[in-house]
Amino acid sequence: MNIGMRYFLEVYRLATRIRIVEEKIAEEYQKGEMRCPVHLSVGQELISAVVGINQKKIDTAVSSHRAHAHYLAKGGNLNKMIAEIYGKVTGCSKGRGGSMHLIDLGVGFLGSSAIVGNSIPIGVGAGFSHKLSDSDALSFIFVGDGAIEEGSFYESINFSAVQGLPVVFICENNFYSVYTGLNHRQPAERKIYKMVGAMGVSGIKIDTADMYMCLSQTKEVISEARKIKKPLFIEYETYRWLEHCGPNDDNSLGYRPDGELKFWQERDWMPKIESILLSEDVLTLDQIKSTKESILSEVNLAIKLAKEDAFPTLEESSVGVYAQ
Amino acid sequence: MPSEVDFLNTFATEICSGLDEILFTDPRAIIMGLGVTDPKGVFGTTLGLYEKYGSKRVIETPTSENSVTGIGVGLAITGYRPIMVHQRLDFFLLAMDQLVNSAAKWHYMFGGQQSVPITIRLITGRGWGQGPTHSQNLHSWFAHIPGLKVVMPAFARDAKNLLKESVNDPNPVIFIEDRWCHMQNIEYSVDGKNKQATIGQGEVIVNGNDLTIVAAGFSTIQSFRAVKCIQNQGVSIELIDLKTIKPLDISIIIKSIQKTGKLLVVDSGPAISSFGSEIISQVSKLAFDCLKIAPKMIAAPDIPEPASYGVTGAFKFDSRDIAVKVLEILERDQFHFDLSGLVDVPHDVPHATFHGPF
Repeated sequence: MNIGMRYFLEVYRLATRIRIVEEKIAEEYQKGEMRCPVHLSVGQELISAVVGINQKKIDTAVSSHRAHAHYLAKGGNLNKMIAEIYGKVTGCSKGRGGSMHLIDLGVGFLGSSAIVGNSIPIGVGAGFSHKLSDSDALSFIFVGDGAIEEGSFYESINFSAVQGLPVVFICENNFYSVYTGLNHRQPAERKIYKMVGAMGVSGIKIDTADMYMCLSQTKEVISEARKIKKPLFIEYETYRWLEHCGPNDDNSLGYRPDGELKFWQERDWMPKIESILLSEDVLTLDQIKSTKESILSEVNLAIKLAKEDAFPTLEESSVGVYAQ
Repeated sequence: MPSEVDFLNTFATEICSGLDEILFTDPRAIIMGLGVTDPKGVFGTTLGLYEKYGSKRVIETPTSENSVTGIGVGLAITGYRPIMVHQRLDFFLLAMDQLVNSAAKWHYMFGGQQSVPITIRLITGRGWGQGPTHSQNLHSWFAHIPGLKVVMPAFARDAKNLLKESVNDPNPVIFIEDRWCHMQNIEYSVDGKNKQATIGQGEVIVNGNDLTIVAAGFSTIQSFRAVKCIQNQGVSIELIDLKTIKPLDISIIIKSIQKTGKLLVVDSGPAISSFGSEIISQVSKLAFDCLKIAPKMIAAPDIPEPASYGVTGAFKFDSRDIAVKVLEILERDQFHFDLSGLVDVPHDVPHATFHGPF
């Protein structure tokens, strides 16, 4: 497997940045000042990072309620995201959207929306727009396994296939919709990526346990999408370490089978990539430590600034229902 | 210039000709919907457009109301001006998520960074046994949602300009077409009036002193027929055609009430939580002192519409019912009036040439 260490390093830095941001949000959340629901991606960061590194600035992306990672991976502004979570007027949505409605048009992040499956057709529309305007951009649509069960997913796959749109569906299958396991929601014999294939959009499952495989295949598939300008679907199996919504470990609730969380934590991407980067002499232990410290100070600064920022006034929040 | 339509100028052909002009002048405009290229062209409203503008501008869609609406939003936030169409409003109910959570919110929710210039044409199906799920008048639902505008033209002469304004509007616009308006000739209009219809502005289409009637869409046509009939027999009614139920032109209504002191609202949907009730509420709050009697309303019954020809005649009000109500409010004896011209026979078709089934 010939895969550049520079690519590895970029993915590592991005995934690590996302994890540190999410962990810091979880820590700060306890203080009760982030007064909106947060759906954290701790455990799932690798996918956003590996996809993000393969996205171009002209590409667009949409996401769902669990969008921090996708926003950051597309290059979304950290300070504005943190301010949005704090409900401040300096937030990326002026405090109107909260954690679930993130946007950064400067980097093509068109928005994230809280209703499961809601942003999928929006992303397909963006892909249709790219096609109609003869753009080289791809439209990335981030979904979870829950969204696969929504009618909008089926409709959107169908539309993308029939119109041949430059859309890349990224499915993070974390096996749970809130507390309800996949076994209650989809037939056991189903393979999501194969189902999508049968609907007319080529699907592939990429293994997240093997770092070389994950990074190289993702790169290949996205390059292929760029070449053919047709829809493609990638399924990644992954795992959410924290509760569905909120900052806490919820393993004690008992809805996860014994040992499941531990199994996934043991196959975490972070030590795997670190050991590769160390053994390939790309990074030293000191450099890893300083990388993390510098990300942490960046997040700390974002939190400090957000806390100092003002809430929007009711007056400010009462205008702009209609575009002029 | 766009080609002239070479058939009769009806409400439907005005829509078609309006779409033609929009596609011709605005390269961002695209038409999407199930049936936009079909042989009947959505009741004649899209005929010839596919042939003229091709598959990149006039786009057939799968039977996927919700996602197609969301795709329209995605197109709108990235620079296009989609004009969507649904041959029955009732099917569009599948798209409430994309309408309410996406189209209506995207501008506000993200701090005004993107607007959603999308026009959604919804055709309401009245008559010919359309029944509970093919004939609903749900315009008031849409007016309830912040971020949407709701346009309901009555006359063919207004249809084109209201459509053009809807497409040019940077916000999502629900454009409701009652199919009983579709066959109406453009000549059928208000004497001597030539005001260009515009979103958010009602119009006094008949001047009078004794009572104000407020209506929109096909209810305006029904009210107009009733007013014309009894006006010729010496009753002075003012009729306001709203054209838009959101934004609501309350000032034109209040101005009229200040003169007449009496209000009758005609709403094709059920009364509860309707735009008709909203008008009565606002007038009561803002101009209570001007009212000589309690405001009145004619609305659809609060039950699903049955399909049977045996009951549909009694189910909905017609122009005669409006005339009778007016005379009752004004304490005039209806038996002194000839209302025979107001009865439609048969009651369930939009036009004498209509023979079903769709």
